[in-house]
Amino acid sequence: MANISIIDKLKRSKILDLLQEGKRIDGRALDEPRPLVIDTGVIPHANGSARARLGDTEIVAGVKVQPDRPFPDMGDKGIFMCTAEILPLAHPSAETGPPQPDVIELARVVDRGIRESGMIDLSQFVLEKDKSVIGLFADSVVTDHDGNLFDACSYAAVAAIITSKIPKWEMKDDIPVLIENQESDAPITTIPISVTMGRIGEFIIVDPNLDEWECLDARITITTNSDGNIVALQKGGSDGFSLEQLVKCSELSISIGKKIRDVIKEATGGSK
Amino acid sequence: MGGREANVVLLDENGIRSDGRKVNETRKVTIKAGVLKNANGSAYIEFGGNKILAGVFGPRDVHPKHMSNPDTGILRVRYHMEPFSVGERKKPAPSRREIEISKVIKEALEPAVMLEKFPRTAVDVFLEVLQADGGTRCAALDAASVALADAGIPMRDMVCACAAGKAGDALILDVNNEEDQAGQADMPIGYMPNLGKITLLQLDGVLTPDEYKKCIELGLEGCKQVYEIQKNALREKYFSSSDNN
Repeated sequence: MANISIIDKLKRSKILDLLQEGKRIDGRALDEPRPLVIDTGVIPHANGSARARLGDTEIVAGVKVQPDRPFPDMGDKGIFMCTAEILPLAHPSAETGPPQPDVIELARVVDRGIRESGMIDLSQFVLEKDKSVIGLFADSVVTDHDGNLFDACSYAAVAAIITSKIPKWEMKDDIPVLIENQESDAPITTIPISVTMGRIGEFIIVDPNLDEWECLDARITITTNSDGNIVALQKGGSDGFSLEQLVKCSELSISIGKKIRDVIKEATGGSK
Repeated sequence: MGGREANVVLLDENGIRSDGRKVNETRKVTIKAGVLKNANGSAYIEFGGNKILAGVFGPRDVHPKHMSNPDTGILRVRYHMEPFSVGERKKPAPSRREIEISKVIKEALEPAVMLEKFPRTAVDVFLEVLQADGGTRCAALDAASVALADAGIPMRDMVCACAAGKAGDALILDVNNEEDQAGQADMPIGYMPNLGKITLLQLDGVLTPDEYKKCIELGLEGCKQVYEIQKNALREKYFSSSDNN
């Protein structure tokens, strides 16, 4: 986004003109996210999976659950890890090769929102303290990119985690042995929902699409939990926010997060 | 990151923190401008136990060339931790964490630097964490601003940074390493006081909506204190009557 082309400048002035009239380029209200559609169980080989469509942005997330060694300083907790990747088929600008900083940020922001909410009770993932634990890996891939990958990846990962089935292992001779046909539901404590907002001029818009995304002054991703508390933040983009704008964004993230949480609950069978 | 233990006393019954500070008190901050000979601008900061060097080069030619922009200069930031800066040796290659921090610091500085005055050039900011003690991204950002000013690069404002957070159920200013590991929330903030703009904001940990607002306000107080120290560092180099060059 460092190289702003002349097209983007024209696009930006068009988008700003519309915002002055209270309109957005795709006809939404300023505080209206795109429709979210979630299908679960799309990858039978995964322990949990989901496809999320946020407007024309499409994500596939799969969860793999397997025994692992615990982190040295956290022997009484299982392992949780989230990754995200933009596939080369998702957009003409997407490239193969090592991940660029924006993709690393994407993965880390998605991970942070879910991790900091304590969504998964990792203390239930211990097979033998300090020796062997269960690891839950939620990997999201972007298959179609139309902006706001932060929220789309987060929704897909959250839905995939909620619908995960955790296999059972028992320790035998210091080795975890899989016990067949004894799966349980994932130990979910809360449902974190990230809401990303962009600022263009003085306007705050929710869930920017790609056209809007490319001309944002600044953006902020706020993740809330089921209790309506804030669990993670990430500001991005080449400009800042005022305190008043940040307070407004937090209010938006709570009210919109609530609606999106209902969509995800509905799609995943209504747990918690 | 991650491990939150409840059995550490972070706040005693008198509201005193594990390192003896009050809840609204920052650690000792000292900044020195112009500490490197070769860099166009530089600064050294000690923020509690954090020791960080910042060096700025540019505006200068862009390599690789295709990164240059005919409309504006570009800002590049590398935040890097030395292998010996933390408890257990850190692998020298940039980690994903360091790449993300480089990006958020870059985006925190961009609104301040008048890059449009230097098309087709790059301003490179190198931030080397010699010792880490919690809150390195804020301290590094503080040093970067001073180094950019020291390099004589036109800026709209200096960016000052300080974290706020929550530990022992109280909102606290300037989260140290222990409080980051065992506390309830850590919120680094970067701020341009003259423009009233928050340019860096992250959070991990749980806050109610009310705490969220108060936490930002508390952090901004810390930022303003650091801002004075940043200005003093520049004053000391450029306006002091002593034997400085």
